[in-house]
Amino acid sequence: MVTVTIDGREIRVPERTTILDAAHEAGIEIPTLCYLKDVNEIGACRVCVVEVEGIDQLVASCNNCALDGMVVHTDTPKVRQARKVNTELLLSQHDSECTSCVRSGNCSLQSFANDLGLVGLPYEKHLPDIEWDQNFPLIRNNDKCINCLRCIQICDRVQDCHVWDLANRAAHTSVNVIGGLPIDSVACALCGQCITHCPTGALRERDDTDRVWEALEDPDITTIVQIAPSVRTAWGDHWGMSNKEATVERLVACLRPMGFDYIINTDFSADLTIMEEGTELLERLKEGPHDHPMFTSCCPGWVRYVKSHYPELVDDVSTSKSPQQMFGAIIKSYYAEKLGVDPHKIFSISIMPCVAKKSECALPTMNDACGDPDVDVVLTVREVDRMIRSEHIDPRRLEDEPFDEPLGEGTGAGIIFGATGGVMEAALRTASFLVTGSAPETDVFKDVRGLDGWKEATYNLAGTPLRVAVVSGLANAGRLCEAILAGSVSYDFVEVMACPGGCVGGGGQPIHDGQERQRLLGDVLYGLDRVAKYRNSYENPAITTVYAEYLGEPLSKRAEELLHTNQHAWIMPGEE
Amino acid sequence: MARLHVMERSQAQVVMDGLHEAVGKRLAVSSLAPCPVEFTAAFVGMCAIQSCGKCTPCRVGLGVLKELMEDVLAGRGDEHTLELIERTARTIYLSSDCAIGYEAGEMALTAIRGFRDDFEYHIAHKACGFVQSQRVPCVSGCPAGVDIPGYIALVEAGRNTDAVRLIRKDNPLPLVCGLVCEHPCEMYCRRGMVDDPMNIRGIKRFATDHMESDYTPSHADPTGKRVAVIGGGPAGLSAAYYLALMGHKPTIFEARRKLGGMLRYGIPAYRLPRERLDSEIQWLVDQGIKVHLDTPVTDLESLRRDYDAVYIAIGAHSDNKLGLEGEDAEGVISAVQMLRSIGDDELPDFTGKRVCVVGGGNVAMDCARSAVRCGAEKVTIVYRRRVADMTAQDEEIVGAKEEGCELLELHAPLRIATDDNRVSGLVVQPQIIGGPKWGRPAPRNAQADEVCVPCERVIVAIGQKIDSDAFAAQGVVTNRGKIVTDSLGSIEGFEGVFSGGDCQTGPATVIRAINAGKVAAANIDHYLGFDHRIEANVEIPDVQFKGKVSCARCELKFREAVERKDDFDEIEDGFTSEEAVQEASRCLRCDHFGFGAFRGGRFTQW
Repeated sequence: MVTVTIDGREIRVPERTTILDAAHEAGIEIPTLCYLKDVNEIGACRVCVVEVEGIDQLVASCNNCALDGMVVHTDTPKVRQARKVNTELLLSQHDSECTSCVRSGNCSLQSFANDLGLVGLPYEKHLPDIEWDQNFPLIRNNDKCINCLRCIQICDRVQDCHVWDLANRAAHTSVNVIGGLPIDSVACALCGQCITHCPTGALRERDDTDRVWEALEDPDITTIVQIAPSVRTAWGDHWGMSNKEATVERLVACLRPMGFDYIINTDFSADLTIMEEGTELLERLKEGPHDHPMFTSCCPGWVRYVKSHYPELVDDVSTSKSPQQMFGAIIKSYYAEKLGVDPHKIFSISIMPCVAKKSECALPTMNDACGDPDVDVVLTVREVDRMIRSEHIDPRRLEDEPFDEPLGEGTGAGIIFGATGGVMEAALRTASFLVTGSAPETDVFKDVRGLDGWKEATYNLAGTPLRVAVVSGLANAGRLCEAILAGSVSYDFVEVMACPGGCVGGGGQPIHDGQERQRLLGDVLYGLDRVAKYRNSYENPAITTVYAEYLGEPLSKRAEELLHTNQHAWIMPGEE
Repeated sequence: MARLHVMERSQAQVVMDGLHEAVGKRLAVSSLAPCPVEFTAAFVGMCAIQSCGKCTPCRVGLGVLKELMEDVLAGRGDEHTLELIERTARTIYLSSDCAIGYEAGEMALTAIRGFRDDFEYHIAHKACGFVQSQRVPCVSGCPAGVDIPGYIALVEAGRNTDAVRLIRKDNPLPLVCGLVCEHPCEMYCRRGMVDDPMNIRGIKRFATDHMESDYTPSHADPTGKRVAVIGGGPAGLSAAYYLALMGHKPTIFEARRKLGGMLRYGIPAYRLPRERLDSEIQWLVDQGIKVHLDTPVTDLESLRRDYDAVYIAIGAHSDNKLGLEGEDAEGVISAVQMLRSIGDDELPDFTGKRVCVVGGGNVAMDCARSAVRCGAEKVTIVYRRRVADMTAQDEEIVGAKEEGCELLELHAPLRIATDDNRVSGLVVQPQIIGGPKWGRPAPRNAQADEVCVPCERVIVAIGQKIDSDAFAAQGVVTNRGKIVTDSLGSIEGFEGVFSGGDCQTGPATVIRAINAGKVAAANIDHYLGFDHRIEANVEIPDVQFKGKVSCARCELKFREAVERKDDFDEIEDGFTSEEAVQEASRCLRCDHFGFGAFRGGRFTQW
């Protein structure tokens, strides 16, 4: 332990505690901009500087340790001036048109500058004005970039994708695609972690809300919207609603008055995914030992990653489509028939915690139901929130409303798809039933839960050991792939989620700068699972019905056509 | 009004002088980092401020050139910009009235031509294509990539054994390097911007001199793989050491009586005391290296059959000849021959003899200073260029002078005068220095008569060659004696045979040979089907931001010349603890501050 004095308060902290953390312990908040705990502790923005007695120059508090006997002042004229000038310097290269920025009101630079009480800038503004492909699902606007370098670090260290780099040097330093290459020519998984870790509006998803407004306004079009499991954990954040208030049924209540014709629950197609993928796994196990495990395929970020980084493993990725795309294919076939609507007149929308889903729905392979895209538009949770706000709907004043039937029913197994380990646990519950004919014990597979980046377990499936692993975060996925290829680990079934913690930590979720909320949000899903009417996918009555009325059985010819895909039918950069 | 004034320096001039000095210091800290286009633009901008403003090309042209380069950097350039830049620079060179203009124009042209790919990349991609490899300046400057800030912090904390363990992660010969490394790292040391660069070699030497205890590095499980290493110099020893740590069984085949290569047969004992060299080599051998001394290898194929892989690291132990009349007379000795005898403890007796040493490199200085110690009455270093053009390190030239060697610069050997086939003198032609040729000022014959320097011994120290003929005869491809390998160090047509060090690169430095051995160990390990990692597992002390505190560099001291010139005992004194800790505390910790904080200041394994 060391003793330090910060702003006159003496405090004891463990050795190697940063000045920033020590100050926090003492109840003193030091502002930061570039800092991201454990990921970007680089002291670049220089707004977290403090005065340390005995040293003339200021010290970055975010990456320097509190040392025994150190006397620190966080609020002196020297510190205040440095913070102010450095902020003014950042603003001299920042497009401060906050009124037309998606991050207005949720921007660390904006709130910090406001807190400083700036009233005008002494420096002339110079914006880099760098071009960007506005059709790509991920949009970078360097006029708003403050070179905090977080996106580079997240992409390199957490996601192993190496999309971003310092594209220029010295006074021309800017963060951009590595080597100045076009974004669609590099192996971007579209996980969106750079967006959710950007302190400003320099990174965002492509805004597709206008296409949805157009469809809603068209009287000839039937709009059908599906809502992914994780959406319910965070959609109400903007209104400060608790998880108890911001239920998915309340979101349904928001969407109805906006004109969505049918609002359905992706939990249903998560259950459908389990039926298909679980059966696929059991078939594969019957074939005898494989060199590699079967990988889940529901995360499009992972699919993009594995195709570009480990093309030799693509054959081992399940052919099952993601729940979003299964639902899309069912909407424009079975559901259209049921509703008596021409599928070409259906506009299929999905609300996802994800950016990669925007590219997934646009793949040339995702049009199996009627030839049109099975899902027309994907909205992130942030986009939906913006739509609700633009309609001046106050969710706090609405009552919960149910999904539209018959495809509004989901199970607890479908709900936990949003948390790391959830797909695995859901699959194991159903696989166990399919093999043994009896329902699994409650929560018998819960070892695969939790935020460890790489979890493993072995289960006894009717006498056969099933070795499984669950990874989230693409750097973890990369390590696992390396280990599998090197032969140092061996599994039968592996779940991969691109985003750390799974979809609840998705790149399309509402942004809380500096907070990692995966645990909190994952717990919400497990809580909902615990009280769900049905907890296993095979119990879902809607699933029973769709197989009885339309699909026959898992892996039937029709199921293969609608619900499975050829992962080789499109190419990622680096794949060839 | 006075007709003349005594020049007085105004306050502004004093400040200006200070800034000039600071610019010099900044530029003296070689940087591997800047974008070539940024650098050129800044260079042109600095030249522009020196323009007096009289002439068009310099006054207007340099400013325009800077703006055009700014366009390239801001992503506004196209192919016409580049053409315009070149045309403008050429005109500034061709038509300026004075050196301020035409030198700027010429340097700009050189830069544009030399950095053409970088300019074009900027124009095509609006981004810099220059790979930013420098994370920590000194580490980037060290051929072996030794974790310099790490071990300096350990020395400051009084943990010398840990410092040596950390160094040995990348360099198994810290003792040798503490004594003789050319320390290219110091050229890059950022401390040079503040006052002087760190004395990195001195700190390393202190660590090896003051280890608290010995230790044994950890070895991987035995693999059963056998690797033959031909040559026991720094490259061979390094490769064998790391291969042993990786669990393989290395065997060194050394042609001479003892291990060490040029460390023993090239560097005199007064710089690298034999008992110290022996102790470091023995420590390495004890880690699991088998050694065959007096065993030259000639048959590569049969060796390859007996071993799973072979590493050729035979160094450069042959010498260049002057090609002059009288060179085969009695009393003419090659540097290699002389230093080799001394390495085998066979000291030549120069008592009462006058000795001429031909050459201006470190080897010439080693020969001259050894000749002094062998009793020579007079030693003259004869060099055809100026002393300033000598390739020997300044410290070596000063040392030679202090020990009484004469430096006869600007004299080119013509022939060796003989008397009854015995050397009686070196006939030299006075030279005058001229313009540059191949990057160095070239001398030519002066309008003066030839001179004879009377002497009984001539030592020829004009460079080494590689004796690779035996391998070439077996089909190894060589290029002017250098063994040709691919980028992994493997020799085409000889599966599992690698080469590195002086015999592959040409004569270079100890630290380059050490790195060659390290690289070979990694690539041979991979070739053998393994992926062993070398790490030190040493925890580095916490970083403390100290702010700017000026403190000049501690230098190592030498024994007095009159005392040291009569023996081969070590001439240099290591730091005292006080000096070592002060010197270590000057480190700016670029592993933590600056770019190192972003890209990571430390590779903990390789």
